[in-house]
Amino acid sequence: MNLSILFSEPYRKIAKDGLWTNNVVLTQNLALCPLLAVTGTATNGLGMGLATTVVMVASNGAVSLSRHLIPPEIRIPIFVLLIAALVTLVDIFLNAWMHELHKVLGLFIPLIVTNCVILGRAEAFASKQPVLPSVWDGLMMGIGFTLAMVVLGAAREIGAAGTLFANASVLLGEQFRFIELTVIPEYKGFLLLALPPGGFIVLGFMIAGKRLLERRRAPKTVPGLEGLNSIGQASWESR
Amino acid sequence: MNSDSVYRQRVGYALRTVNRVRQKLAVWLEPDNLARLRPKLHYQAGVLAGFALAASILLGLADLATRNVIQMRLEEDLKASLEEVVPAALHDNDLLADTVAVPSAGAAIGTDETVVYLAKKAGSVTAVSFKFAAPDGYAGPIHLVMGIASNGEILGVRVISHTETPGLGDKIEITKSKWVLSFNGKSLDNLTFEEWAVKKDGGVFDQFAGATITPRKVVQAIRRGLEFFQAHQAEWVGH
Repeated sequence: MNLSILFSEPYRKIAKDGLWTNNVVLTQNLALCPLLAVTGTATNGLGMGLATTVVMVASNGAVSLSRHLIPPEIRIPIFVLLIAALVTLVDIFLNAWMHELHKVLGLFIPLIVTNCVILGRAEAFASKQPVLPSVWDGLMMGIGFTLAMVVLGAAREIGAAGTLFANASVLLGEQFRFIELTVIPEYKGFLLLALPPGGFIVLGFMIAGKRLLERRRAPKTVPGLEGLNSIGQASWESR
Repeated sequence: MNSDSVYRQRVGYALRTVNRVRQKLAVWLEPDNLARLRPKLHYQAGVLAGFALAASILLGLADLATRNVIQMRLEEDLKASLEEVVPAALHDNDLLADTVAVPSAGAAIGTDETVVYLAKKAGSVTAVSFKFAAPDGYAGPIHLVMGIASNGEILGVRVISHTETPGLGDKIEITKSKWVLSFNGKSLDNLTFEEWAVKKDGGVFDQFAGATITPRKVVQAIRRGLEFFQAHQAEWVGH
């Protein structure tokens, strides 16, 4: 398989959509339940983001593979079944063979089932597209989600405890101990940011920041780039 | 020679059968054929059942493949937490093998039955350890494990899991604060009932700035754990 196709225009658009334009958290405002529950620290955000990405890649692939089999009337139960089965598989495999990681992420993995983004991508994208674009979309949406989670977790962690990536070595291994930082030494802490309301507040600032950036950029759009959306979509096989 | 040709015949037959099935499947999987089938009710029921069956088989197999490994990992976890509170020098037996299950519904330590792990050296009990809980923590039960020497003195206490406020109540964890070590060496004999309390209530144990309920409930639970030990001391330790 020639992977240079991933740099072609439609794939670039999928990547840009997932990472920025249509970011799960910042634009779609989905997945707020796991988001607020686990982003107390940047490390937790990273762990949850990575686990979600794995599940999203697998579920987009599975849904896309079986898209011709699935009648539209019963697609939702089948998607839910696929996603729940995948999450359970990830959960027990991690528990058995990456037990230390599972102890850190164990709490979050069942939460992935409640993440409507995975069902959303299955429905909106994977059920209509071939396998490679679907897997790519899952990966990019997942990375976009992970980035937003890490930024949110980092902002809350610095504000609440004055540290950054605390306990990252438990999640990523000893060699990553160097990213554990104390940003503000002798910090007394600001509890609000560690609690769910703090998550909402920081998220609000992040969304506002993204909109501001987009508004500033808007007039600079090069004429002629606008037609690319329809070109990209039309070249794919559709049902 | 003869058996060889029979073998070849059988392999050839098997290959032809596989090929026939594959051809039929390929015809059945043609997009046109599937498009014709999708609106039919029996097909929809069949597909849903098929996906459910496939998911169940997959999960069943995954469970069979991981069950023993996960059991082993959980035992390692339990062993590690027991060894935190019972020094290796005190026993030469397998802590997980020497257990007694004791009804503890009346002891208010979170469970109706408590498994007590006996540490033995040269056949006589030197210490016991068990998991218990403060059922009335600030934000839910606080799960603890405690090791007690045969004379009733605490060897060590650790928090296994809790949902207390991050940054305030979580100082009960050994990774966050040394507070939990202040129980070492304490017993019902060397402290009076009134002294088994946080300083705010007239006892000897520190509370945390901004969090009194969490340490208070932990102190009370540990005292009840010791009372549970005292009630059974004769039958476990034998003197």
